[in-house]
Amino acid sequence: MKRSVFSVIRNEALTETVFRMVLRGDTSAITAPGQFVNIALDGLYLRRPVSVCDLEGDTLTLLYKVVGQGTARMARTAPGERLDLLTGLGNGYDLSKSGDKPLLLGGGVGVPPLYLLARRLIAQGKSVTAVLGFNTKSEVFYEAEFRALGAAVTIATADGSYGKKGFVTDALPEGYSYFYTCGPEPMLRAVYRAAGTDGQFSFEERMGCGFGACMGCSCKTVTGYKRICRDGPVLEQGEILWND
Amino acid sequence: MERLKTILCGIPLDNPVIPASGSFGFGREFAELYDINILGTFSFKGTTRQSRFGNPTPRIAECAAGMLNAVGLQNPGVDAVIAEELPRMKAYFHKPVMANVSGFSVAEYAETCAMLDREEQVGWLEVNVSCPNVHGGGMSFGTDPEAAFEVTRAVKAVTKKPVIVKLSPNVTDIVSIAKACEDAGADGISLINTLLGMRIDLRTRRPVLANRMGGFSGPAVFPVALRMVYQVAGAVSIPVVGMGGVSSAEDVIEMMMAGAVAVEVGAANLVDPFACKKIIEDLPGTMDRLGISTLREIIGAARVS
Repeated sequence: MKRSVFSVIRNEALTETVFRMVLRGDTSAITAPGQFVNIALDGLYLRRPVSVCDLEGDTLTLLYKVVGQGTARMARTAPGERLDLLTGLGNGYDLSKSGDKPLLLGGGVGVPPLYLLARRLIAQGKSVTAVLGFNTKSEVFYEAEFRALGAAVTIATADGSYGKKGFVTDALPEGYSYFYTCGPEPMLRAVYRAAGTDGQFSFEERMGCGFGACMGCSCKTVTGYKRICRDGPVLEQGEILWND
Repeated sequence: MERLKTILCGIPLDNPVIPASGSFGFGREFAELYDINILGTFSFKGTTRQSRFGNPTPRIAECAAGMLNAVGLQNPGVDAVIAEELPRMKAYFHKPVMANVSGFSVAEYAETCAMLDREEQVGWLEVNVSCPNVHGGGMSFGTDPEAAFEVTRAVKAVTKKPVIVKLSPNVTDIVSIAKACEDAGADGISLINTLLGMRIDLRTRRPVLANRMGGFSGPAVFPVALRMVYQVAGAVSIPVVGMGGVSSAEDVIEMMMAGAVAVEVGAANLVDPFACKKIIEDLPGTMDRLGISTLREIIGAARVS
């Protein structure tokens, strides 16, 4: 983990509610796709955790959906503003288990961390398929970006207004070697039931610190209590215990 | 630096800055960022006899200039603290540590404290009779003078280490609780634990916290904490440790002027993992500006008429 100040280079809307923020700063603590940063924002006491979407040298890309005060404040951030970030948080995805034909399953604002994952897997020569789910056509983002990496992309929309009608689990391809997923919990549960291989799940939780000190985001797993922020956000399929 | 030194229940501290229990784990996450031996000491994660998962999530909510938590004393239990955490801590913390203890019965407090009494690394026992996030324990011992007396007396009977009782602000008369602890033999008082609060999600119309209510802390509570430290320090003759919303060197000095001999820092560690380091580094310059040569000279300064 590192604490450092980043400069905002760009901040733009991709859809009505999803924004892309590009920042420049010290990214050296970020070691894996699926990690997150924790952003201090003026006037808000707690930092806001946001997953890393892309990383290139000192340039960091974050995609976020405006859902509350923090993300609304982020959306008002102008290029040139400086933001205090904790970087390199969380475990991230383990790429070593992917096999040759990994499947990436993303839902809504769970899609962003899969982008850097896809890029890294493709750089290793893997044949990546991405199934990205959204509620409706106007909410779709990053389809072209995933294709440009060389991934095979299927879009699913819940209302059928674009791509395949249904959820990501209605669009599972045949013959994948392993899967990685991130999205809302109902989707993760559906993936857990539907998947034909082993895989890794990225979870979301309200956090206090984001670096393992406060026990604000703990969950129970097969291998004991884990902190989503520090021991996660990525858990292996075999260690997940769903709260019912 | 001599001018920052203070003494807490007979044990010298290099400076008065102490990360508060629940905001600092067992120190490991912070020791990766800076040498935590610069701290006065730290109060480790509230420990109970048995291991606890705590409350369901969400456990965290936000408010203006502060936050709420309903963690519910998640901890590995005193056996694991002694067998694993304390030995591991030897590698990165070389000062006496403050052991924070909670319980659900007088006997449980005493048993846990008796076990920690045998640990050389433990300098002080901070007995938490003020956790607002557990049922049938914690705060119920700290909201009644007789119960606080009983817990304090039972713990004092099993340890030679200084016993500091951590009080809840969720009472009408904090002075009567503090005095009961002093009468039972407490060596010090620390305050305040968090204030019981809540938030409601406007969209779902449900409490944000799964536990419905939680402990409110952060800069917003500082004036309440300061007032209670002032009241208690004026009423007891044992040392008082002040905490509640402390985020800066100025806040530390203000707490000491109210009568605190040392100061704990809680929520600030969560938003800035370097908060305590910065406070310690800022203290000398802030003291220079205010014409303070040593911190010892300002303890209780606001009390002098």
